[in-house]
Amino acid sequence: MSLLQSTERREFLRSAFAIVGTLIVTPSHSSDWDQIAYNKTRIVDSIKSVGIDDFSNIIDGSDLIELNTPEIAENGAIVPITIQSQIPQTERIFVFSEKNPQPLVSDYVFSTKVTPYVASRIKMAETSYVHVLVLADGKFYRTAKEVKVTIGGCGEE
Amino acid sequence: MEKTVRFRARLSDGIANIKLMIFHEMETGYRKDKNSGEIIPQHFIHTVHVDKNNERVLEVHWSRSVSKNPYLNFMVPGAQTGDTITVTWFDNKGFSGDGSVELK
Amino acid sequence: MIFPLHSRRSLLLILLFMFSGACVATPENDRKQYLDIFARNIPGVPVSEYVHGSMMLSQDAREQFNSIMDFPPFQDSLDRGKTIWNRSFSNGKKLEDCFENQGENIAGNYPYYDEATERVITFEMAINQCLEINGEMPFNFTNVDTMGALTAYARGLSDGMLMNIQITSPGAREKYEKGKEFYFKRIGQYNLACASCHLTHGGYYFRDELLSPTIGQAVHFPVFRGGERLYTLQMRYQRCMEAVGATPLESGSETLNNLEFFHSYLSNSLPLKSAVYRR
Repeated sequence: MSLLQSTERREFLRSAFAIVGTLIVTPSHSSDWDQIAYNKTRIVDSIKSVGIDDFSNIIDGSDLIELNTPEIAENGAIVPITIQSQIPQTERIFVFSEKNPQPLVSDYVFSTKVTPYVASRIKMAETSYVHVLVLADGKFYRTAKEVKVTIGGCGEE
Repeated sequence: MEKTVRFRARLSDGIANIKLMIFHEMETGYRKDKNSGEIIPQHFIHTVHVDKNNERVLEVHWSRSVSKNPYLNFMVPGAQTGDTITVTWFDNKGFSGDGSVELK
Repeated sequence: MIFPLHSRRSLLLILLFMFSGACVATPENDRKQYLDIFARNIPGVPVSEYVHGSMMLSQDAREQFNSIMDFPPFQDSLDRGKTIWNRSFSNGKKLEDCFENQGENIAGNYPYYDEATERVITFEMAINQCLEINGEMPFNFTNVDTMGALTAYARGLSDGMLMNIQITSPGAREKYEKGKEFYFKRIGQYNLACASCHLTHGGYYFRDELLSPTIGQAVHFPVFRGGERLYTLQMRYQRCMEAVGATPLESGSETLNNLEFFHSYLSNSLPLKSAVYRR
């Protein structure tokens, strides 16, 4: 196998960087399913990967986001949760289950044609906080609720 | 073609309350086959497009942390009789499916 | 609350109570005495609530139940059951032809005592009898995709019907008494009887689990544990036997059929509901 000529190598590296550069520059809250964010295994990394560099910029949204979760989940495989954002210009809602192997559970991108409301059923591995981040008008808001789980929901029979 | 999406849509006072279920294993990749002991590979829906009259109104991203036979409930204000809600899903193995409901 | 499940005394006290106040031990008197026990264990809880088992005392659990039952994830199992129920046999007949009223509002009559064969016949056995008479292959009692899914759908045709087990002959009575005997029999490494948990302590907590009272159990089957794992009533008996360290008896065995006969009688006059979510 011959080595690339130096000019060809430079060309190759230039295009490679261009491609990688595009990936880096792509906004973290783009509308595509973000495999990188969803594969993070620590809650802090999951939250960062949705576009938050500085955690002190997250606004307490506990008065503005209605998060309904059970107190004690009957079965961690099927935990019903309901989220309603009262924050104007809500664009996106992110849901995390802190102690899941991959904490980012789901995210929802809202047009102005739907209410910033969603109900779904999630798997929780064990007792932990469910964190909800709302992106509205370029700012992140947060609320969280602890859900106790007696039968875990990720790898059971 | 097997129906993979089931809807329950209710239109009242101009708001459509849409409940749906997509029949999908949402396999986590953490379970082992009882007989072989092998890990059952991940198989889950990662994206759902929700359209009203062919216009995208909601985009959903899921993971293997979403329950099997995933349920979704959302609201569409300003909906009318005759509007069609279409849902298209895509999973990590390249499969997809869709379903739609006409509001009455 | 910790209580001595292993106490022989507690079981004896129950038996003494049963034989003391009552005139004659009949099935109906048994049922009334057990109702009294639960009225003492869980005062203020209406009998109609017993059908919800461990959700009786938790609003949190009940809300989850309602949320999931609003749009159950096991709809695909019910669809499968419906397809099986509606399938024509090779001879052109269907399952509904074997049952009164085309299978609607009949599940509360099962199990029943068949005088001719001197056996208890469960709903599942009746289904298999129907299949065999019509030249079809019977189903395995514990196959969740065939018999399980089928009964989850077919029993649903009797939703709302009141349990109506009849004991009108000496033969039927004998089976009832045999079922009752097993119900009170201590088994397994833990040496526990069904009665230890679900009669003596029905309505009490055992660690973080509320023990459901015996009365109200048999009407809500099959269940979908975690929303997806189907259990028929006898499959549930088998799991309970394993839980106390006993080797489970076979589904469709005479002992479990007699137990189901006794156990279902105790839920007489409570409404049936098939295919329910349980944790």
